[in-house]
Amino acid sequence: MNSTTEDILLLTLGSFGILIAMTFVGEVLRAREEPGFNNPMLDTYMTRVQSWWGMVAFIGLALLLGRFGVMTLFAFASFAALREFLTLTAKARADHLSLALAFFAVLPLQYVFIGFGWDGLYAIFIPVYAFLLLPIVSALRGNANRFLMRVAETQWALMISVFCVSHVPALMNLDFYGNGDRSLLLVAFLVMVVQLGDLLEYFFGRRIGKTRIAPGLSPKTWEGLGCGVISAMLIGALLSWITPFGVAGAMGMAGVASLVGMFGSLVVAAIKRDRGVKDWSHLIPGQGGFVDQLDSVIFAAPIFYHLTKFFYA
Amino acid sequence: MKFLRQFAARIVGQSIRVFARAITAVRADWQGIEPVPRQRVYFANHTSNGDMPMIWSVLPPAMRRTVRPVAAADYWLKNKLRAFVGPEVFNCVLVDRRPEVQDKPMDKIIAALDEGSSLIIFPEGNRNMTDDLLLPFKAGLFNMGVARPQVDLVPTWVANLTAIMPKGEIIPLPLICTVTFGEPIHVQQGESKDDFLKRASDALAALAPEDRK
Repeated sequence: MNSTTEDILLLTLGSFGILIAMTFVGEVLRAREEPGFNNPMLDTYMTRVQSWWGMVAFIGLALLLGRFGVMTLFAFASFAALREFLTLTAKARADHLSLALAFFAVLPLQYVFIGFGWDGLYAIFIPVYAFLLLPIVSALRGNANRFLMRVAETQWALMISVFCVSHVPALMNLDFYGNGDRSLLLVAFLVMVVQLGDLLEYFFGRRIGKTRIAPGLSPKTWEGLGCGVISAMLIGALLSWITPFGVAGAMGMAGVASLVGMFGSLVVAAIKRDRGVKDWSHLIPGQGGFVDQLDSVIFAAPIFYHLTKFFYA
Repeated sequence: MKFLRQFAARIVGQSIRVFARAITAVRADWQGIEPVPRQRVYFANHTSNGDMPMIWSVLPPAMRRTVRPVAAADYWLKNKLRAFVGPEVFNCVLVDRRPEVQDKPMDKIIAALDEGSSLIIFPEGNRNMTDDLLLPFKAGLFNMGVARPQVDLVPTWVANLTAIMPKGEIIPLPLICTVTFGEPIHVQQGESKDDFLKRASDALAALAPEDRK
């Protein structure tokens, strides 16, 4: 067992420890309830904790399987996210082929390029090639009705669900002064600081939140956001030993990732509000869809990737 | 041999269900009824050949075993594979639509109801290729409601299949499909055929997602 595997095991077990504590708190609260009384808040909390168990198990297992495991997990997440996104976007029968290409050609190719580590190609494949070629495929069918809306929304779906999500496994391609497979741990670092930051943002927002950031969109508050980002920075510092950033660097990177992620979920909330849906789908009990769960990671991933590449790789 | 065919039918049925779930993440939205085994006629909108397998896939096992889709014999008896899947996997009630055949489809349907089966029917009669929400309903639903008034007639909206698999396309798009079950309706005392069919059509249209209305 090499040191990377040991660290992954340690992180997974640590996460399980947190989940055991969260499950315990929930069960104690439930035991103290009067019989016959149902607290919907507590039910939601427990469903979410259950979903978290599943997610930690999946990500831990993927990391232990290494490169291939992480690639497969995020390729699947991309597929699920793209499916949720394109279910809600504008489309016509004329787009059938270009949408099929998005699912069955663009998505797999993006992950193949990441698998081979062709960073020059996966950085531009969707923003340039898919951006130019898919509208051509749609235009060939000769339906101009809402054309710009259709191609623009398809491109947005691809950027969010495939391009951005794929930058999480792309972190494994970054090489730090010959540290072998330790870049695998960056995946764990990013996911943990962003998701735990979100969780604490929600918690502090409920407790002390007063000033809504965007009242028409989401209940997020400036107080919650500030506390969430600071918590993410502290968690980043605690986890700095798995990164090449050093303590101060890890705090900075965690803070940026968490901040971008929180504003990202505001963007995603705006899209949901516009389309009149509460959740993107029903696939993760208590959380909604994959896009609901991953929104902050989606926005943080490409920026985290490029900052890491620029400063450390 | 019979046992083997039944076993194969079960395997094929499960595969269709798993495939539908994996591709479209299909799920049921029980708005007007509970998923309990009661005798019902599910009447649904029809835009694609995938409609019936979608409804069939979201029904819980106990309900799936007692449900029989009413389907066209000319489609399901076209070749050996379909003749296996239609009658044996889905347990279809096959009716012949050709006018020159004296098939008496309503007799078969009533017989199926009398054995206690639930039914899936598409009252528009044909796949809807227009931009209208629904085509005018055929009389079959009314006749069932009059002949067996105790059976619940449940409006069932299958969303998104036009985008998933439009007619003439080969590759299905993996978009999310939702099957919504509404509140059951019955033919009321003295209600005319046209009034009832209008009411049934409105009840079904009410389940369509906002952007289709």
